[in-house]
Amino acid sequence: MSSDQSTQTADGRTIGGPIMEVKDISLKFGGVTAIKNISFDINEGEIRAIIGPNGAGKTSMLNVINGFYHPQEGQIVFRGEARTAMRPYVAASQGISRTFQNVALFEGMSTLDNIMAGRTLKMKKNFFWQMLRFGPAEVEEFEHRKVVEEIIDFLEIQAIRKTPVGRLPYGLQKRVELGRALAAEPSLLLLDEPMAGMNVEEKEDMSRFILDVNDQFGTTIALIEHDMGVVMDIADRVVVLDYGQKIADGLPAEVQANQDVIDAYLGVAH
Amino acid sequence: MTSATLAAQLDTIPKLLARNATTFGEKPASREKEFGIWQSWNWAEVHANVEEIALGMLAIGVKAGDHIVIVGKNRPALYWSMVAAQSVGAVPVPLYQDAVAEEMAYTLDHCGAKFVIVENQEQVDKIFEIPGQTESIKKVMYLDPRGLRKYDHRNLHSFEDIRTLGKEDQSRLQSMLAERQKVQNYDTTCVMLYTSGTTGKPKGVVLSNRNIIESAKSSSEFDDLKVGDSVLAYLPMAWVGDFIFSIGQCYWAGFCVSCPESEETMQNDLREIGPSYFFAPPRFFETVLTAVMIRMEDASKTKRRMFKFFMDVAKKVGPDLLVGKPVGFMDRLKYRLGTILVYGPLKNRMGMTRVRVGYTAGEAIGPEIFEFYRSLGINLKQLYGQTEASVFITLQPDGEVRPDTVGVPGPGVEIKIDDDGEVHYRSPGVFIEYFKNPESTASTKDPDGWVATGDAGFIEDDTGHLRIIDRAKDVGKMADGSLFAPKYVENKLKFYPNILEAVVFGADTDSCTAFINIDISAVGNWAERNNIAYGSYQELAGHERVLDVISGHVKEVNQSIASDPMLSGCQVHRFLVLHKELDADDGEMTRTRKVRRRIIGEKYNDLIKALTDGSKEIFTETEVTYEDGRKGSISATLQIRDVEVVARKAKAA
Repeated sequence: MSSDQSTQTADGRTIGGPIMEVKDISLKFGGVTAIKNISFDINEGEIRAIIGPNGAGKTSMLNVINGFYHPQEGQIVFRGEARTAMRPYVAASQGISRTFQNVALFEGMSTLDNIMAGRTLKMKKNFFWQMLRFGPAEVEEFEHRKVVEEIIDFLEIQAIRKTPVGRLPYGLQKRVELGRALAAEPSLLLLDEPMAGMNVEEKEDMSRFILDVNDQFGTTIALIEHDMGVVMDIADRVVVLDYGQKIADGLPAEVQANQDVIDAYLGVAH
Repeated sequence: MTSATLAAQLDTIPKLLARNATTFGEKPASREKEFGIWQSWNWAEVHANVEEIALGMLAIGVKAGDHIVIVGKNRPALYWSMVAAQSVGAVPVPLYQDAVAEEMAYTLDHCGAKFVIVENQEQVDKIFEIPGQTESIKKVMYLDPRGLRKYDHRNLHSFEDIRTLGKEDQSRLQSMLAERQKVQNYDTTCVMLYTSGTTGKPKGVVLSNRNIIESAKSSSEFDDLKVGDSVLAYLPMAWVGDFIFSIGQCYWAGFCVSCPESEETMQNDLREIGPSYFFAPPRFFETVLTAVMIRMEDASKTKRRMFKFFMDVAKKVGPDLLVGKPVGFMDRLKYRLGTILVYGPLKNRMGMTRVRVGYTAGEAIGPEIFEFYRSLGINLKQLYGQTEASVFITLQPDGEVRPDTVGVPGPGVEIKIDDDGEVHYRSPGVFIEYFKNPESTASTKDPDGWVATGDAGFIEDDTGHLRIIDRAKDVGKMADGSLFAPKYVENKLKFYPNILEAVVFGADTDSCTAFINIDISAVGNWAERNNIAYGSYQELAGHERVLDVISGHVKEVNQSIASDPMLSGCQVHRFLVLHKELDADDGEMTRTRKVRRRIIGEKYNDLIKALTDGSKEIFTETEVTYEDGRKGSISATLQIRDVEVVARKAKAA
């Protein structure tokens, strides 16, 4: 947990000790076991990919991490604090942000308002102050707007600042969702298939943004992704799930060469 | 003060800046939208900024006469860098930001740049991609640090670092700066601009302070530009027009230049700024008009009728009202009402409410498009210019505006037409030379200072207006000896909103043929309204009914051409709709979006052959270059359509 574990990557980033460890997690829905006894860790400052075929339990794993699902067994250690389950609210206020596989934005609201919504937990003034158009709540709003504008600039979405997100193409909605997650200034960012349904150009853009977020803000990122090419390019370490079990964990090149992984992806008779 | 002593004092851009800082120090000079808010700098602040950058340049060892290449979108800091470069006696060389690495490599090598200032990582990547750049380029400086933290910073500096370096050694560098400025005068180089080059490699046009300042001065006086005017700088910084508007005229007249937040927000920023002086190429006006028309098609019936009624009123009396000709009382009343209900909101939407002087140039603009804007009360005019002339050759004075001419010679410009019909000019704005290219300099500029434009045209006897027919080089003869002027035909085709681009072939053949590019937004909208499903540009372009529509347009154009006995041989007999848009990345157009006829002719040789040999369709495969430089290919089977032509009247003797 200390910085003496930190290492330099080839491209000059610093990767620290584990910021999160999941230990022996098992999750069941009635008789169905979604996750079986899985353990892995996420180091501070790294980009950690979780991959696997459909139904492998990737999204369930993410839902466990941010407290949406409560595992029956196992422990989650976040910043040295161990617990069996977190509530999403606690997870969010401790610095875990996420995006969703199916974009979950407020469709009728503008890009700006959606990202502003990501600042909710950072707003300190109470409801009554916020009802007034002036005073401390206004000053606070200026501060938040500044952060939001920086994110808009970062993601290059100035042109859609005032556009209702429901009207935006899918690729841009994904970017807005990333913006909303960033607005909470997370220390751990969970991305659930950030590139699903995108064309090559949009994927390249999104990869760029993910790398830049990691580089510029030092944000730890855990992402689920289907596109192996993307994962191999941007992830520092990869954990592979299949049928709710961990079948591999390691550097992208190692994982790619692992026979179990190849079987899982190409399919062998079980 | 006589003009001679004035010229002696204000003979460089940095001196104009110093004057502006003392004379109207508090007036806004630069604006940029950042983080959703317009940031503003007044002349005194701009002066301080430019000096800071100049000191930084001295600190890293910029020498007098060095070329400093500048690449990026329009941003105040980049404009300041150009003036800072001038302050230290270096020559700013702005390049097109969307140029691919190979193109950039050529210009960097040609001008021997040792220093490069870029906007962001994208440009840094391009520079580092160029093999062997490390030897010639000493330093690369960037504005936006994003994504660059991990880069090797031995030759790479952030803009802030440079400023800091300058501040650290301020006292020594300050006197050095003064020394450097002392030796500059009216005849030292102000800027070097690379022409986009419709043919061959780009040429570096060297312009002196005299060229720029004299041109800026006379054109500012021509249209009474002054402090308090405002423009939006959104056209490429590498283009001479932007240099004249955003630096020449801006520093001479002291008006404010605003930079948009990003390329995509330009329309919105235009609305917020509401410039009083506006320049755009014809394509911009076409696109905006197309967008307006598409929205009107989708509007309710009442709105459509109201729009039509008032646009008819505007068409009838708008242009007259604009130049103060007498108009009947009822028409005035209707126009007034129209201003409240239609024209006002429309102009506001387009960001042209405050436009006092608007110009278009570069290509011919459709008469309908031109009249549309003028009828709304926007003072849109045409000018004719070239990089080699520091822009201005002819301009249209208020009150003498017509769609078919390019105006009268600007102040101080002389024009003559040679025996072949090519337009020549001589003016204080005439360039010094093409850099490292004495042969081209000599073939373009004669010893007396006359410059050949490469355009064929004539001066109207009664009005003195210049009319341009075509590129002199492109004007040819057909097999039967009649005149062939491709651009004349192409422009007529392009006036249809459905047609984005057209290339006409026919020199030395019996009949003219054409390539057509459809306008995806106009045709796409039409397809939607007519329940035509399509999956891609290519599919839409090859659709039977689209071809019918285009065929109809070509037929109408033929009728219009037939009415001109001199050019009636240019009627288009056969055409095809291309399966891809002509693109600068593929070398088919210049960065300023002019068609490169020869390259297209070579690349699509198979298609041209099919057009002439009478086949009904042709299979073709084309290589395309993506924005990041990778290559791919697309293939298609294109249909070729025959079009009815109007029989030529027996040649009058």
